Parts: sequence; C-alpha cells; structure tokens
Amino acid sequence: MSGILNSTIGRKFAMALSAFFLMIFLLQHFAINLLSVFSADTFNDVSHFMGTFWVIQYVMQPVLIFGVIFHFIMGFVLEIKNNKARNISYAKNNGSANSTWMSRNMIWSGAAILAFIVLHFIDFWIPEINTKYIVGDMSGLHNGEYRYFHELVEKFQNPLRVAAYVIAFVFLALHLLHGFSSAFQSVGANNKYTKGLKGFGKAYAIIIPLGFIFIALFHHFNH
Amino acid sequence: MNLTLKIWRQKDSKAKGQMVDYKVTDISEHMSFLEMMDVLNEQLVNSGEEPVAFDHDCREGICGMCSMHINGEAHGPDRGITTCQLHMRMFKDGDTITIEPWRATAFPVIKDLVVDRTAFERIQQAGGYISVNTSGNTQDANSIPISKHAADEAMDAATCIGCGACVASCKNSSAMLFVGAKVSQYALLPQGQVEAADRVRNMVEQMDKEGFGNCTNTGACEVECPKGISLENIARMNREYLAATFKG
Repeated sequence: MSGILNSTIGRKFAMALSAFFLMIFLLQHFAINLLSVFSADTFNDVSHFMGTFWVIQYVMQPVLIFGVIFHFIMGFVLEIKNNKARNISYAKNNGSANSTWMSRNMIWSGAAILAFIVLHFIDFWIPEINTKYIVGDMSGLHNGEYRYFHELVEKFQNPLRVAAYVIAFVFLALHLLHGFSSAFQSVGANNKYTKGLKGFGKAYAIIIPLGFIFIALFHHFNH
Repeated sequence: MNLTLKIWRQKDSKAKGQMVDYKVTDISEHMSFLEMMDVLNEQLVNSGEEPVAFDHDCREGICGMCSMHINGEAHGPDRGITTCQLHMRMFKDGDTITIEPWRATAFPVIKDLVVDRTAFERIQQAGGYISVNTSGNTQDANSIPISKHAADEAMDAATCIGCGACVASCKNSSAMLFVGAKVSQYALLPQGQVEAADRVRNMVEQMDKEGFGNCTNTGACEVECPKGISLENIARMNREYLAATFKG
C-alpha cells in the first residue's frame, strides 16, 4: 500500500480518480449554469445555496481545489517522467497512424484548461471569496436582490472573455474525448461495457463543453 | 523498384549516431523488408563499407527479434506483422524510407538498428513464471478444469513475442502492454493465480526500475503490436496490481 504514488500504475489510478471527481463536478457545474438560461431566480437561489451551505463551502470546495491542483501537478510530473523515458526522439514518427491527436496532446489541452481556470478564478472565484470571507458579506445581495445572475450576465458582455471561454471549452472537449474512457481503462475497467462507455464518453465530452459554450453565448447575445 | 533509405548508423553504444542516406536499386516487391536490408548490406560489403547491423532470427514473425521503426511506425506501415513479414509491396518506386532503432531510454542502442532489450528479460525474471515442482509427481495440467473463455484469453496474451514494438510506438515509451500480457497469461489460469499478487507487484516494480514511461492509454501499442495484444491486458494488470496493493 505504501508508496503507491511511486508506481506507474498507482499514478495512473490517482490520475483517474481525480479525473472522475472533476468530471462529476463539471456535470453539476453545468447543471447549475444551465438554470441561468431558464430562470434567473432559480439560478440565484441555487447559487446562494452553493455559496453559503457549509458542506459545499468548507468540505467540497477544499476537496475540489485539492483535486484540481493534484490532477494538474500529477499531469505535469507524468509528462516530465515520460519525456525522460525516451532520451532520443525519432527522426520520423507517424503518431496519427496509431493514436488520436487528443490522446497524444493531453498535456497541451490540459495546459489550456489550466490557463482558463486561472482566468475563471480571477473572474468569479476570487471576487466571490473576497465578498464573502474578506468583506464578510454573506447575504448574497446587491441593491436588495441576489447578485449572482447579474454578475454572470455582466461578465459575459465582454466579447474577448466570451471568445476565451469558447476556446477553452473546445480544449476541454478535446481533453475529455480521450480522458473520459482513459480514466476507466486506468482503473482497470475494460470489459463488455467498454464500447458503450466510450460512446457515452464521447457524448459527454461534446455535449457538456458545447452546453457551456451555449450558455456563454446565450448571455452574451441576450442581454 | 528504386529506393532511398535513411538509416540510423551508430558505431557502438557510446558513439553519437546519425541518419545516413543510401540508395538501393532493383528491389523486388516480393522481397521482405529484411531481404531488402540484406541487399543493401551486400552492396555495402562489396564496396568495403560496414554493413548495417540489425536484429533478426526466425524471419517468420515468431521470435520477436526484428525491431525496426520504419517511416515512423514500429515494424512499418502494415498491421499485425513483424518487420520480417513486412513486404516491399507496401512501398512505391522512388520512395524514401526512414529506418530507425526502437527509441526508449530503457532500450539503449547497441549498434545501428540493434537495441538492448534485456530490460524485458529482467521483467520476466521478476515474476513471469509459475513455481512448479517438476520432480516427477507433477499433476497433469489437463486435469484442472479451465473455462474455454479463460483459456482463449490466456492464450491470446501468451502470443506476445516480446519484440518491444509497444514501447517503441508509445509516446511515453511505456512497457505496459508487454507486462500486461505477461501478467495476464498467468493471472487468467489457476496455475498462475497462486502467485498472482507477488507476480504483478514484482513485475511492475521491475518495469518501473527499468525506466519505462507511464501509460496514458493512447492505444498506439495495441495498433502496432504484431500479435494484436489487446489493451484489456493492461486493464487486467491495473486491476491485479491495485488489488495486490490494497489487499497488502
């Protein structure tokens, strides 16, 4: 049991577990964002609940941040180790003959997502933490109304920000197109359900990022 | 057909190698790739040059010795074959063919296209066997009932010839398809299950010590494997390893 993270399979397993966690988080984040398209009030209520309920704030949020940091650091550590495993590169390497672009470039799609998360934190998370825990305003109110929907709409008025978000979600889709089924393979799940799971993974990898893009464009063009 | 060959030449394990261009003419499309290399070497010997060193033995796709990375792919552009089974009809007159050794830190070049694959042997020695007392009272293997499904899967895994194409094809130089096949062929059978936990732990530990990379499930190994070893074997190894680790 000790030192499982020192073994190649242990690292794969840890990468997959953090990936599962992040994929579930992404689904709930998407579900809440989608509410903003249908009802500003419901979106406000759910956002206020997520932003103030102690289990979410003090248990799930730290776990999520740890999961994100772990996934990124481990990804970069593995990349460095893997580069060391081939000290001389091929003069000619036909990677597309045997594998997908997505599978060979997880580090680049991952780096693009990391850059997006930094932007996203600056946009939403840091102001939120500032308002709640530094200023100490836990009411979620602005001029007598919940501020969440208004903040969301305001952020998506800048076309540059919307463009950056759209590009980031394309990279997220590319990352998930390989990552979803890869995580199952890493935990040892490769059986009669794998074919169906791969199909489901592809649908997830396209529908969720596309949905996020739709939400960003919806608020950009509707307000 | 007439061809231009770009071949990695390296005098010995310490020398700095480089790609060198050669021309070969009148190559028959019916020749195997190694026969084409023989023609080149004859040409080189006749002109007083050092022939290109390359590994080969059975020349019928069984021994796993031939190991060339041809035009960016292990064992060349065809599927389900070793380099000795690759035929020149896969190429066209006037083609330039790039020929390199397997590239992996764990497979150092000995000379030209010959690499040292003893890392695989050390992994095998770490657990790729079963301990059976063969002093005369050994039980007949046929007396142990084994399902057809398990027998077939074990046999499929056992077809791995240890050529190293999986490592050569993997962008991470990971040896997990090889080790996965070797772990699986025993883990699927009752004779191998007795030592399964120790086997997978020891073989994976040795694989890591040799400096092979981490598998990122690109699947390149499965595509390039001359014996069609499936990624399911890597998943099985992962399960076996995790079970062995968590059970202690």
